[in-house]
Amino acid sequence: MPVFCSSCENKRAVLKRPKTAHSLCKECFFWAFEEEVHHTIITARLFNRGETVGIGASGGKDSTVLAHVMKVLNERFDYGLKLLLLSVDEGITGYRDDSLETVKRNQQQYDLPLKIVSYEELYGWTMDAIVKQVGLKNNCTFCGVFRRQALDRGAMMLKVDKICTGHNADDIAETVLMNVLRGDIARLRRCTAISTASEGEGVIPRCKPLKYAYEKEIVLYAYFKKLDYFSTECIYSPNAYRGHARAFLKDLEAVRPSSIMDVIHSGENLSVREGVRMPVQGTCSRCGYISSQALCKACVLLEGLNRGLPRLGIGKHHRLHGKILAQQPLTEREERKLRAVDF
Amino acid sequence: MAAPIALHLEFGGGAELLFDGVKDHHVTLPSQSEPWDMKQLLVWIQRNMLKERPELFVQGDTVRPGILVLINDADWELMVSGVSWSTSFRTKIMWSSSLLCMGVNRRPHKKTECGH
Ligand SMILES: [Zn+2]
Ligand SMILES: [Zn+2]
Ligand SMILES: [Zn+2]
Repeated sequence: MPVFCSSCENKRAVLKRPKTAHSLCKECFFWAFEEEVHHTIITARLFNRGETVGIGASGGKDSTVLAHVMKVLNERFDYGLKLLLLSVDEGITGYRDDSLETVKRNQQQYDLPLKIVSYEELYGWTMDAIVKQVGLKNNCTFCGVFRRQALDRGAMMLKVDKICTGHNADDIAETVLMNVLRGDIARLRRCTAISTASEGEGVIPRCKPLKYAYEKEIVLYAYFKKLDYFSTECIYSPNAYRGHARAFLKDLEAVRPSSIMDVIHSGENLSVREGVRMPVQGTCSRCGYISSQALCKACVLLEGLNRGLPRLGIGKHHRLHGKILAQQPLTEREERKLRAVDF
Repeated sequence: MAAPIALHLEFGGGAELLFDGVKDHHVTLPSQSEPWDMKQLLVWIQRNMLKERPELFVQGDTVRPGILVLINDADWELMVSGVSWSTSFRTKIMWSSSLLCMGVNRRPHKKTECGH
């Protein structure tokens, strides 16, 4: 017995929306999804006419849906934006190949320019070479840190005004929860922000047009639209703790679908008592990227790789920053600690 | 006595990796006294098809949260519970992927256990 669409009432419903519990047909769902993203973009004033916007494209479902919806909305509502796809090639043999092929097809399908920046050209190291040095266990630290900067550096090369990324409601709820669990007040304050203003030289403003879109709807939007995406994307720095937070959220969502949005709202509405000490946001003295330490994480990791001390960026070794900056040699004990790699 | 049911099962979004990487499966559910429902189908899939890591696929007597199930191209959450299977059903089961870490070596595992 088919369920009918609660909006148009004459077509067969294809999904139950987690956000509203409405049953919608394909056409009504596409419309509702796109209109909501448009509403997000307009209310938060994410873009200005004439801007060049780089869409962080991994070939995964989120960024593919983002690219598609941005293209549709830019035309439907005449935003007047110049859109382009921006991809990062980490240099992982056999892993990125498929997703980069997907991005290349997206370029054709959506008729958007594409720029691929490689770790090799940005850092002088491919992920394959990094894995050889640090082992599989720690490579996500590198991948996450390097990727975040790679998008910025790529965007600067292309003189892009803004970057938008495919982070969805589930991602943001997960991050809120993580920051609560870690007691990271500074990040907790920032993580629900839909856009970040330029935080200094070398950092391009970023925004998240899919902030209020549930993962389930993104997957189904891509599926029903038959969008071409690659399903095994490497998610930014996955770790066991984050995995538990995600699984916990999904369990909550199964009981009450609004949980995802509830967590985001809690994060947005938390206010921090006056007098709580916040870390001072500075810039990396080597590359100019935002950093609360003398050296940003990427520069520390790179230094470690180049000196053959791959553990340098993995633990907390802030007190060594001065030595690194001054190009001073490390003591034998310091070196020994940093060289060991546990697999 | 319900007759045997021929079923077209599809796995996607990474879920196929738990089934030898094969996305399309044509299977026949044996005849049994009661009609087949989702709960029984999951048990059957687990016993007869699943190659590894059942905990990535089922939780309790339903699919793990984060897995989407489509029946004849419609979200199964639309159906009231206790839907029983018929021959005309084409079922697609797909991961929405975020709980499953593919890692660099492409061996799927729960993110709750990976230490990268
Ligand atoms: Zn409708
Ligand atoms: Zn730096
Ligand atoms: Zn993993």
